Amino acid sequence: MTRFLLRRLGGALFVLLALSVVVYAAFYVAPGNVAQIACGPRCSPAQVAQVSDQLRLGDPLYVQYAHFLQGIFAGRDYSTGTGILHCQAPCLGRSYQDDQQVTQMILTKLPATASLAIGAFVLWILLGVGTGLLSVWRRGRATERILTGLTLAGMATPVFVVGLLLIIVFCSALQLLPFPDYVPLTENPEQWAWNLLLPWVSLALVSAAPYARMTRSSMLETLAEDHVRTFRAYGVSERGLVGRHALRGALGPVIALGALDIGSMFGGAVLTESLFNIPGVGRELVDAVKNVDLPVVVGLVLVTGFFVVLANAVADILQAMADRRVVLS
Amino acid sequence: MSLVEVSGLTISFDGAAGARAVDGLSFTLEAGAALGVVGESGSGKSASAYALLGLHRGTGATVGGSIRVAGVDVQAATDAELRALRGSRAAMVFQDPLSSLDPYYAVGDQIAEVYRVHTRASRRAARARAVEVLDRVGIPDAARRSRSRPHEFSGGMRQRTLIAMALACEPQLLIADEPTTALDVTVQAQILDLLHHLRHETGMGLLLVTHDVGVAAESVDDVLVMQSGREVESGPVADVLSAPRRPYTRELLSAVPRVDAKRATPAAAPGVKGPVPVPAPRDAGGGEPLLEAVGLRREFGRGSGRVIAVDGVSLTVHRGETLGIVGESGSGKTTLGRMLVRLLDPTGGSLHYGGAEIGSLSDKALRPYRRELQMVFQDPVASLNPRRSIGESVADPLRAAGVLDDTRIRSRVQELLERVGLDPNRYDRYPHEFSGGQRQRVGIARALAAGPELIVCDEPVSALDVTTQAQVTALLAELQRELGLGLVFIAHDLAVVRQVSDRVAVMRQGRIVEQGSVDEVYGAPQDPYTKQLLAAVPALDPALATVRRAARKELAAA
Repeated sequence: MTRFLLRRLGGALFVLLALSVVVYAAFYVAPGNVAQIACGPRCSPAQVAQVSDQLRLGDPLYVQYAHFLQGIFAGRDYSTGTGILHCQAPCLGRSYQDDQQVTQMILTKLPATASLAIGAFVLWILLGVGTGLLSVWRRGRATERILTGLTLAGMATPVFVVGLLLIIVFCSALQLLPFPDYVPLTENPEQWAWNLLLPWVSLALVSAAPYARMTRSSMLETLAEDHVRTFRAYGVSERGLVGRHALRGALGPVIALGALDIGSMFGGAVLTESLFNIPGVGRELVDAVKNVDLPVVVGLVLVTGFFVVLANAVADILQAMADRRVVLS
Repeated sequence: MSLVEVSGLTISFDGAAGARAVDGLSFTLEAGAALGVVGESGSGKSASAYALLGLHRGTGATVGGSIRVAGVDVQAATDAELRALRGSRAAMVFQDPLSSLDPYYAVGDQIAEVYRVHTRASRRAARARAVEVLDRVGIPDAARRSRSRPHEFSGGMRQRTLIAMALACEPQLLIADEPTTALDVTVQAQILDLLHHLRHETGMGLLLVTHDVGVAAESVDDVLVMQSGREVESGPVADVLSAPRRPYTRELLSAVPRVDAKRATPAAAPGVKGPVPVPAPRDAGGGEPLLEAVGLRREFGRGSGRVIAVDGVSLTVHRGETLGIVGESGSGKTTLGRMLVRLLDPTGGSLHYGGAEIGSLSDKALRPYRRELQMVFQDPVASLNPRRSIGESVADPLRAAGVLDDTRIRSRVQELLERVGLDPNRYDRYPHEFSGGQRQRVGIARALAAGPELIVCDEPVSALDVTTQAQVTALLAELQRELGLGLVFIAHDLAVVRQVSDRVAVMRQGRIVEQGSVDEVYGAPQDPYTKQLLAAVPALDPALATVRRAARKELAAA
């Protein structure tokens, strides 16, 4: 088990390193005139030259990349022309817009995104697996057809439509809930939950659909397998077959898909965050892209990559625990 | 009242008006007795067994007639009554022990689950019962092994586990559907011995469904022969097997390869047209060998996960000679076969073909030899591309050999199809339109297409019914004599190998333990493993089966 964990960790690190090379090349090397971008369109050639000097763009590419990595692992210093600013590890650079440290910017936005992601994730797993389970359990009846129809509708509906409808119904018409405005968990847990309820529900309603489909199809597949026939021939009830034997078979795919989704959710749910006014990573990313703020974009891509890789590593371990045939080696 | 009373049973899978898979079957089984239902695939024997537990309910199949099992009217019973019957008074053991257990749960928990369905036992008591029955079917260290998951068990142990599950509630009837078909011959003998022993100990009735007449002869008192959903003949097993009254029974019995009979002359090959075979001169032992392997090795994996599949095998194949290779699953015979035609690269040793060393040639340098070294595969379903017509499949080796003229290819392929006993006008048909035996004929035609010198057949008949098996082996033997091919015939079935081979090699754990002429190896086996294998082959004569069973006991004790 320890060996498996170490190997998995090594693999994850390698993926992140490869990602950093690709991202670095795509954003800092390919565009060509980084100094012009950093300085802004109205800079004079002299100012651009000064920025280029500050960012040490004259160094060979591999030296620049090494500095970039050094920043992440050990921190690095930036010259501002008048003095030297230290950027602590993990340093993802400084924003071109306002000279803020990217790491700090992301860290301040992450709690909001994490609140949204984790809450919605729990809801949509319950909703998706539950719907799948119910439609298998009532297969061949009206319930199954209704659920299948709803699932298809869920897959076809964009999150902002669901969210907007929920806001109109619960905040405007019924006035049951306040218009969502993010309140940090540390400030007021109750308000935090109330304000996040609608974003959670709208994200869950939309994201649950693929899980419902997948749970249903892999359970139906398992139900057709020989070992289910064995237990049917031994008098186990349909409830036992579906709930104990078939559901277990659906666990693997749900874990695998869940890991991908939760990982990329940490990169921000742009639409949901914008609609519900949540100051999260997703909105940060939109702003950064709009302003061609390269360090912020690169930082966010790397952080998202980190969470996806992390979630997948966790999923691998869960898979191995759920199915002992998966050899941990 | 009898334990099982079935009368006028009909089953159809495509509505009441559709073709009947079972048509008017009636039989009874007394308490404690054993009945074997024998038939080829598609004869309706498994469907009938499933009907005894009402397993067709809810599947869309239509079941007619009356079925009474242990006092329950299966046709009229409610779902709850049926569930109470299943596993409790009548339990079933399935064909494929690899897929019949839930891979996610420990075997002990699976047995306990079934036990708790039928008794009010606590979890702890059910778990204890599971260990008890596992111990009874001969799982060593049952308390500890009950926590294993199925994949940690061998095929034989998994089948023992299923039998333990059947025993958990002490049923009056055990239904075994091809319980040993997926198992090696030595393991099959162990399982049949176990069933025999349990039946005498518990007094439960046994309904054994099998395609293997030998298995039935070993295990039951009465036998019922089925064909196309109907009973052909039934009676005491000794009578039916020694003096069959019906032509179909006689045909079935004569098709069964005998391990104790000398090689059959392949004169009668039904369905095979062609010129009168000219016997090729045999130079077994003498002359230049066609293919010679010396110390052939193959390893898989690295480090602690390294497996030696073939461990220093030396053999020769002569022109016009058949070398049989027998061994149980995992003995390395398939790996060896693939190396002989260089579908796999040997990791050691040398391979000479027609005087040239081909064991270490590159893919490119091998190309001229590919035409001469061909293979027939085990699974006639999986080894043909379902999206291409059979004619195109047979034409592949011709195209690979550089024949590009379409009319020439077509006429050559049609000639080949005719040669293997297929209608040449079915060139454009797809594999699913053919039966298993016909598909294997397509596979043989494909192997012949490029004009090979040597064909390796890897379990060419193990997926086929016994009557089809006889036809395909006869075809292979005839083709070999006519074309003077070198043939390597790999099989787990000792009787089949005896029927087709001139010389035979017995493999175990990657090595050849014994090699020699067929009569030497089968008549006077030297190696203890060969003796064990031969003792495990089911005998067609029930009296002989009893003697064999005693002999196996002695061998096991020794």
